[in-house]
Amino acid sequence: MMSGYLSLLSDIWRSPNGRIGLVLVIAILLFAIFGPVLAVNPNKIAVPDRFQAPSFEHLLGTDNLGRDLFSRTAQGTRAALMISLMVVALSLLIGALVGVAAGMAGGWVDRGVTAFFDIISAYPAVILAMGLMALYGTGFANLLLVVTILFIPQFGRMARAQTLSLRHQPFIDAERIIGLPRARLIWRHFLPNVLGPLIVLASMNIPVVITIEAGLSFVGLGVQPPQASLGSLIKDGYTFLNQSWWPTVGSAVTLALVTLGSTLFGEAVRDATDPKLRGHHK
Amino acid sequence: MPALGRFIAQRLAAALFTLGGAILFLFVIIQFVPGDLVSILLGPRATPQMRAEFAERMGLDRSIPEQVWLFFSRAVTGNLGEDPISHRSILDMILEVMPNTLQLAGCALVISVFFGVALGCIAALKPGSVVDTGLGVASVTFITTPAFVVAIFLLLIFSLQLHWLPVTGAGASDDPLDRLSHLVLPATALSIGWIGYLARLIRASLLEVLSEQHVRMMRAYGVPEGRIVRHFALRLALVPMVAVMGIGIGDMISNAVFVEIIFARQGVGKLIYDAILTRNYPVVQAGILFTVVTYITCNLLVDVLNALLDPRIARSLKQAA
Repeated sequence: MMSGYLSLLSDIWRSPNGRIGLVLVIAILLFAIFGPVLAVNPNKIAVPDRFQAPSFEHLLGTDNLGRDLFSRTAQGTRAALMISLMVVALSLLIGALVGVAAGMAGGWVDRGVTAFFDIISAYPAVILAMGLMALYGTGFANLLLVVTILFIPQFGRMARAQTLSLRHQPFIDAERIIGLPRARLIWRHFLPNVLGPLIVLASMNIPVVITIEAGLSFVGLGVQPPQASLGSLIKDGYTFLNQSWWPTVGSAVTLALVTLGSTLFGEAVRDATDPKLRGHHK
Repeated sequence: MPALGRFIAQRLAAALFTLGGAILFLFVIIQFVPGDLVSILLGPRATPQMRAEFAERMGLDRSIPEQVWLFFSRAVTGNLGEDPISHRSILDMILEVMPNTLQLAGCALVISVFFGVALGCIAALKPGSVVDTGLGVASVTFITTPAFVVAIFLLLIFSLQLHWLPVTGAGASDDPLDRLSHLVLPATALSIGWIGYLARLIRASLLEVLSEQHVRMMRAYGVPEGRIVRHFALRLALVPMVAVMGIGIGDMISNAVFVEIIFARQGVGKLIYDAILTRNYPVVQAGILFTVVTYITCNLLVDVLNALLDPRIARSLKQAA
């Protein structure tokens, strides 16, 4: 298992984009984990120190209330990573279960589930999320739930397609003839075979979730103050753009680096696990 | 063309079915909101008289199946109700700002297709070169930078620092040049991600087409490379681009919200956002309904366009059925 991860990492390292992605992801993780520990209290208000340009004391300057933007950006990065990992894990889990169930059941269940996926994806994602957050109220649990709902169809569709292509494979037929119970069949053969592509899809979706969370926080429907989010930091900076442009630029560049790093990393994971591309590094 | 006719009929039926489902879904999510629906939709400021009037007008005093029917028939006929705050027809409010959003999204679409195809072709002509690598890096950066980040940077650089272009608004409605100058930055912000995405897509599909036998044959006959790309390869390479544009339009409708907020442009996205801030839920609901209808319609058009470009798509449906 361990050597599998190591060979995946070395595959990622071998492509130039993967290398940049890996370095960025590690830097972002360090920033998110240790940034809030190293820096001062991200919620400490010091109005006389407002709108300071970056200095040794405040590496990214201060905001309109004199709060240290380095620690607030680190706090926001941490929130973005945590939310995206949780959303991706939840929608992978639910999507896999629903998709495999639909693919195995067939008939009306399958049609109903597919129609539900189609309906969710018929909405422009951010607008549906905004509407749901506005109606059901902001809050961490609601935020997780709403963004998860947006991502379930992708995972569900892929799990369903995988299940359909597996259903009539000779080794599945063989297990069925031997008399393996259905639950064991799903657990032993369907889920492991479905999971691989879903994990790749999950790694590709992390930056997408981060962008949606930042967007929701930008319009005030995501992470709620005083907790910082990259989206709300950009919005606060935008509000005071005439006084100082440091708060906006710092948080916007951080967000762009986070999405860039995780995209390059996700693509490298996809390429490294694609048997067709294996050994074809440019 | 019976295959194409059948294809269009099938896609139209599927689109109508999804639209029906989407309207039903909207009804259900509003029903499941915890608490009293009238207070949620009207907000805490409503007087008892307003509440009773509103409940009657929205049919909230009737049975659930009756309400579903009412919701559907109103949605289909475009009767989106009345804004409880300004007492204006919501349909009029949407129609008033809709041209702004459509112009924005349309412009962004044109910009992203133009630059995406151009950059994709340039990269594909010399794969592995410095230009290709540079464009590859630029494409990924474009794709991953969220539209509202691009919008803020464009605003900072071109409006606030260089003063080249106007900061906010949509421009005077009787001055086309003024409107265009107000459109440049928002449309660019909306299109950056799709420029990157399309450049990558065109590069990949063009390289695939260029390695095919008939292209090698043309090269062997001495047809110039530029002519091969322009007259033969590009048309084939454009098919996958049209297929993803359906998703692209949905993305642009979503991101238009942010761009309209940042550049303070009146538009459907800004209408929904303002309505959320004032807890004006009938307008939010109508705005969401409008975006769903737009998105589904655009996807239908994209499917049909794709089938026109590539007749194999319509024919494969016939075999599958």
